Amino acid sequence: MSFSATEPTRGTKWFAGIAVVLYAIITLIPLLWIVATGFKSPADSISYPPVVVFEPSLEGYVNLFTARTRATEDMLEAAGPAVTWYDKITRNRGTIISGPSRYGERFMNSIIIGFGSTLLCMILGTAAAYAFSRFKVPLKDDLLFFILSTRMMPPIAVAIPIFLMFRNLGLNDTHLGMILLYTAVNLSLSVWLLKGFIDEIPIEYEEAALIDGYTRFQAFYKVVLPQAATGIASTAIFCLIFAWNEYAFAVLLTSGTAQTAPPFIPTIIGTSGKDWPAVAAGATIFLVPVMVFTILLRKHLLRGITFGAVRK
Amino acid sequence: MTVSPIDRVAAKTPSGVARRIKGFSDRTIAWIFVAPTVFLLLAVNIFPLIWTIRLSFTNFRVNRPNNDVEWVGLRNYQRILTDPDVWNTMQATAHFLIWTITLQVLIGFILAFLINKKFKGNDMWTTIIVFPMMLSPAVVGNFWTFLYQPQIGLFNYVIAFFTGADPASFSMIGDVHLAPWAIVIADTWMWTPFVMLICLAGLRSIPDSIYEAAECDRASKWRQFWTITIPMALPFLMLAVLFRGIENFKMFDLVVQLTGGGPGNTTTLTSIDLKREAFEKWRTGYSSAYAVILFVTVFGLASIYVKALNKVKER
Repeated sequence: MSFSATEPTRGTKWFAGIAVVLYAIITLIPLLWIVATGFKSPADSISYPPVVVFEPSLEGYVNLFTARTRATEDMLEAAGPAVTWYDKITRNRGTIISGPSRYGERFMNSIIIGFGSTLLCMILGTAAAYAFSRFKVPLKDDLLFFILSTRMMPPIAVAIPIFLMFRNLGLNDTHLGMILLYTAVNLSLSVWLLKGFIDEIPIEYEEAALIDGYTRFQAFYKVVLPQAATGIASTAIFCLIFAWNEYAFAVLLTSGTAQTAPPFIPTIIGTSGKDWPAVAAGATIFLVPVMVFTILLRKHLLRGITFGAVRK
Repeated sequence: MTVSPIDRVAAKTPSGVARRIKGFSDRTIAWIFVAPTVFLLLAVNIFPLIWTIRLSFTNFRVNRPNNDVEWVGLRNYQRILTDPDVWNTMQATAHFLIWTITLQVLIGFILAFLINKKFKGNDMWTTIIVFPMMLSPAVVGNFWTFLYQPQIGLFNYVIAFFTGADPASFSMIGDVHLAPWAIVIADTWMWTPFVMLICLAGLRSIPDSIYEAAECDRASKWRQFWTITIPMALPFLMLAVLFRGIENFKMFDLVVQLTGGGPGNTTTLTSIDLKREAFEKWRTGYSSAYAVILFVTVFGLASIYVKALNKVKER
């Protein structure tokens, strides 16, 4: 074993490892609790003391996706025997499924608005970042700072005029309106991040391409874009996550047709009080994709959250 | 003046070749590429901001569009700055800011310091620790209300388990004294990894050779920590504080789901107060002035802070 003055000793490593793992486990408990509560029966979810081992139930998920009405004995008989497994679960509670809940719609809205705004944001952001990276743009530093400063505004502060503006343009509570809004919110992130990624691509590649007779546009999409693919992909995931998680604008500017999942999930209530298993089921479905993306992003996490200020 | 490589290449390219490079000039392309972004930001950020400033001098109310709109000058600003309720929300915000930043910097730095000891699997555990901050604050905040339930909540159960108190005897979000801490705890749980990641980058940026030199000079580990580690990681720490400061000054989603600003006004942060004025009481002119004050505050504080940060970096 080679001796190094800076290499921590084995004992130090063990101590550090145990402390970090302990913190990680404690920090994970609320998240695991969300997942576990989604599979509990309503009685288990509010039992005292809280139960860790329980009989898994899909009632939360069934309640999440269905609207139910309380049924009398006659109604239950008239409806005939339960056919499907989810019918059986609701019949046991004396209710009949009356249709789908709004969760599916809200989740679809989140997908449409999230992916729509990410796509638009990447198109605009890549172009602007390329220009800022490669060309002499007049007032470049001022423009870049202006783009960053748009992020400092509290969303509620600009929400009032945006609300008025959207109402006049007929964009209130529409997918298009939310896509444009989230694109604008995320542009600062995508321009700053992508500029960093493009700055790292040696300019010689393009120069060679230009000398070979490529036009600027060709050099841009045949040389620069493939080189920046990883950077573009991770920036896109960041934009997607931010749009996915956004709440303030969504709760103020949408109510029916374009409402996304974050304002909707907290409003899920059961027939008697808050239906925590259903809320937890909705949260689980909503949060797990983000965790998967976080794992994919782990190499670029730091850059993303600091707008490229820290690159490691 | 700096000459970009493109210009150099352009200067060296024979004019015959240059003429063959078809298409737009670089200047035109630069504008085509930048214009859409600038336009969208002007439309969705700057135009609304100017509109907000204009509205802030009027008594306009969105829910009464037919009322005469009067120019009231600085009266909205005067009323806000002399309103004790507004100062209360400022105090709540300050409490929230100071404690979340202190706790997050403290825990985040210690974690980063430990992870930097390069034990086996530190990458995997770092990724796991990062999960909370990537999630939707509204959805997670809503679930924290469940953890905070008296009697059935997991948080209360754990506290009761270790202290022997009755889990039904305290309510984190229902008690005037506990609610400000309830939001601090949830925010710290969520955002400590953020500070940790930045600190980790700071610690990893310190070259090993400096420690080796210190070791040769027989500097104690304690001394190395205070004279090498802390000063060299300081710019990163300050950057983390800047980000968290701006974000938490704007804080809305997590807290509004967690406590809704209650009980009373104990956790009414400025953004929540602003939302009530603007979208519940519909005092558009008044809340526009409020928004301008907030924006000027955050922008002013951030500028001063960035100046200090640059001074530290230069050292």
